[in-house]
Amino acid sequence: MPTLTIDGKQVTVKDGTSVFEAARQNAVEIPHFCYHPKLSIAGNCRMCLVDIEKMPKPAISCNTVATEGMVVHTQTEKVQELQKNVLEFILINHPIDCPVCDQAGECKLQKYYMDHTLTDSGFRETKVHKPKKVDLGPLVMLDDERCILCSRCVRFTDEITKTGELCIVNRGDRSTLTTFPGKQLDNKYSLNTVDICPVGALTSKPFRFQCRVWFLKSTPSICTGCSTGCNININHNDGKVHRYLPRENEAVNQCWSCDEGRLSYDFINEGRLDRPTIHQDEKTVSASAEDAVAEVVGALRRLAPEDVVFVGSAYESNENNAALKKLARELGIETVHYSAHETEDPYFDDFLIKADKNPNRAGVEKLGFQRFSGGTQTKLVVALEGLGKSDLERLKSDEPVLFVLLASNQSDSAEYADVLLPTATFAEQAGSFTNFQKRVQKFDKAFEPEGSVKPAWRWLAEIAKGLGKDWKGISEETLLEESFGLKREDLGETGKILE
Amino acid sequence: MEKILTKNFGLKDSHLLSVYESTGGYGTLKKLFAMQAKDVIEEVKKSGLRGRGGAGFPTGMKWSFVPQDNPKPKYLCVNADESEPGTFKDRYILELDPHRLIEGIVICCYAIRSHAAYIYIRGEFVFPYHRLEAAVKEAYAKGYLGKNILGSGYDLEVVVHRGAGAYICGEETALMESLEGKRGMPRLKPPFPAVVGLFGCPTVINNVETISALPYILENGPDAYRKYGTEKSPGTKLFCVSGHVQRPGNYEVPLGYPLKKLIYEDCGGMRDGKALKAVIPGGSSVPILTAAEAEEVTLDYEGLAAKGSMLGSGGVIVMDETVDMVKSLTNLAHFYSHESCGQCSPCREGTGWSHKILKRILAGEGRPGDIEQLEKNADHMMGKTICVLADALAMPYIGK
Ligand SMILES: Cc1cc2nc3c(=O)[nH]c(=O)nc-3n(C[C@H](O)[C@H](O)[C@H](O)COP(=O)(O)O)c2cc1C
Ligand code: SF4
Ligand code: SF4
Ligand code: SF4
Ligand code: FES
Repeated sequence: MPTLTIDGKQVTVKDGTSVFEAARQNAVEIPHFCYHPKLSIAGNCRMCLVDIEKMPKPAISCNTVATEGMVVHTQTEKVQELQKNVLEFILINHPIDCPVCDQAGECKLQKYYMDHTLTDSGFRETKVHKPKKVDLGPLVMLDDERCILCSRCVRFTDEITKTGELCIVNRGDRSTLTTFPGKQLDNKYSLNTVDICPVGALTSKPFRFQCRVWFLKSTPSICTGCSTGCNININHNDGKVHRYLPRENEAVNQCWSCDEGRLSYDFINEGRLDRPTIHQDEKTVSASAEDAVAEVVGALRRLAPEDVVFVGSAYESNENNAALKKLARELGIETVHYSAHETEDPYFDDFLIKADKNPNRAGVEKLGFQRFSGGTQTKLVVALEGLGKSDLERLKSDEPVLFVLLASNQSDSAEYADVLLPTATFAEQAGSFTNFQKRVQKFDKAFEPEGSVKPAWRWLAEIAKGLGKDWKGISEETLLEESFGLKREDLGETGKILE
Repeated sequence: MEKILTKNFGLKDSHLLSVYESTGGYGTLKKLFAMQAKDVIEEVKKSGLRGRGGAGFPTGMKWSFVPQDNPKPKYLCVNADESEPGTFKDRYILELDPHRLIEGIVICCYAIRSHAAYIYIRGEFVFPYHRLEAAVKEAYAKGYLGKNILGSGYDLEVVVHRGAGAYICGEETALMESLEGKRGMPRLKPPFPAVVGLFGCPTVINNVETISALPYILENGPDAYRKYGTEKSPGTKLFCVSGHVQRPGNYEVPLGYPLKKLIYEDCGGMRDGKALKAVIPGGSSVPILTAAEAEEVTLDYEGLAAKGSMLGSGGVIVMDETVDMVKSLTNLAHFYSHESCGQCSPCREGTGWSHKILKRILAGEGRPGDIEQLEKNADHMMGKTICVLADALAMPYIGK
């Protein structure tokens, strides 16, 4: 455990820690491009040069191990001069496309220039020109002129996905990032290269030119693409989701996410159910929230508990399922079922992607819900979320007298519903999912749902109220605490494993 | 003076095994196998032999860094990439006396307990490559290489690998990357090759000339070797003289030899009676000497350092009064910007930028501030990159 001095402050770090990490652990962020904690050290950008007393030359902090008694300077005029000079080199052949570059606003090069330089370059020659629009694969575009050759993306495909599609060819200032001949960047995790690219060289085709990043708001959330529950930030503007970015959670997704998951947000923006409907006389008609709720309340009043089936959803949050369970209990319905989305021949691997594409199967199982098996010959079914395909087949063969669905999106289930209550997606409410590790992870509300759309638990609370139940003071917090014995604030940033 | 490296150069068919054997070649192997490996390292340490590839690192000391408790295989890489402008000495050894190199390889490998050596030879060296390959074949056939060499129980495999035309692959760790089938780019240090080298195993890398001095040292002992040269720079060295002298070529002289003598006596003086202007004494990567400095300097590590330059590879480039210094600098800048592997920002950008400025000056379009910018670029490259290629271009601008 060496103790060293960084900018006049004594710090003690674990053996083998780099000067860079030692500084970072003590809230000093040394400028850098090529260093990435999950990748091997390349040491090529030279941006992280620092001054270490008794060393003959400036040293790169990312590849220098902290040792006892070391005295490191990261902020002196001398070090700032070093950084400025490296930046000048990196910028001489850079196109400085900021006005049309997607990265502008979150670009390290831009930021460091603002932080360190802000003066004209001495460069008066013609820049090296390289390909500006290279189609690397189905999701990623490359602008070679913007590439600063930090090799992060190359190391990602070599070391993380081990697919090795990327390489740098040619030498000197003609060095160019490309794919190996005949190869495309088309692995299941390709968009992570866009995240780790410190500049605007790699861009995401779905996100390109969609929105300037400074308009985006960011909300911590959980990806609903599969049961891994990668931690994400939802980037949104005006009630529209523009992208998911992976958020760090070492125990779940490190700092990565898969392409399919991060592009699974379309359902939030499109195909939404926006008002309650009731099916009457072979027609589906809009209804007021009051009428729709009254319809459900009436049916529940008429029928005995054994004639009613509640179906929760492995796609819905712990809280919404918990509300369903609460209502079932109060009505004397013994068993609650759940439905799950099914994928034929699902892709999975030993990294992040799971075969189970439901974000919350562990949550509904924890609540004691049974997989919906149909054959119940019931008169009323109340279900959360669009049912899985085979679940819907089973339901239809039961021919329930009344099918009440609380769902966010148009679907076959929604078309079959007699009463439809439009619900918020997870982006429009707070809640939590329980992933495959039985880790309960919370997500925040990114934006308000529109019109009469609301979280399923709120609809259920209104139904409960109609039935004369006292659900006052109910919230995401109380639902989680009541059914899972967990306080929302105890979930922290990285979630909590269920006993 | 007795010749150590070039002694057979004048013999007919000096590259053949039979000729080499007739001069006592491979005679040291019996003695070698009777010695302890560590004693061989001791002998080499005592001889004071220093690396002839450019950096002049003490050879015996380098070998002693190889951890012998490491269970991994150990390797020797012989650096025959010789691509430094002005340098053409290894090439002569490969062409004219390849068996001396092979005998040296056996000595080195035995000392560091290695059973495999790779000779990385510059791709453009087609003729030397064929000579070397033939010599390796002969050595295998005669039992100087392969299994159980001369009944000693010691095995050694030697592989000749051809480069593909990159100067940077002469840098020791880029050479290893290239041998491993990767893009030839210098590695970050630490770790150093002695601990993590070729295929992640402990590795010694030495220049052709360094290895070729070993048979003499083992046969005659360190003291005999120390008879030549200076206290700190013992032995002899090949100097490849090019440029405006009467007789350019390879000269083996003891270290500490006056450069003036080499130019005016050995090489017969300046061509066409022109005056000396400047000398690059150790291959293009070392600082240039003025005529006055060149006439005072001695050719040893310390002597050149005293004049602000380096012994380097021993490539002596002599320039007379007709040489346009801007043009020669532009030529160097072209070379280094072309050969920069491109991974470090300062080298990748700094070499290219400097070359562009120089080309412009040469075209008569120099502007105020150009010289200052060249100096700044040099300062911003020097000592701030992974390998010293960037420094090699920076040094001529800074002068010293
Ligand atoms: C850019 C660059 C090019 C080099 N090229 C060669 C070369 O062609 N041959 C060589 O022997 N050493 C070359 N070197 C030096 C090697 O890195 C290394 O120091 C040498 O092979 C070690 O052998 P020695 O100790 O016997 O000198 C080069 C170094 C650099 C930085
Ligand atoms: S990569 Fe950064 S600096 Fe370059 S054009 Fe884009 S925003 Fe500007
Ligand atoms: S594309 Fe981006 S991540 Fe890849 S080498 Fe270039 S700058 Fe680095
Ligand atoms: S200094 Fe130049 S040649 Fe050496 S590793 Fe860096 S970029 Fe490559
Ligand atoms: S971050 Fe250390 S050299 Fe790039």
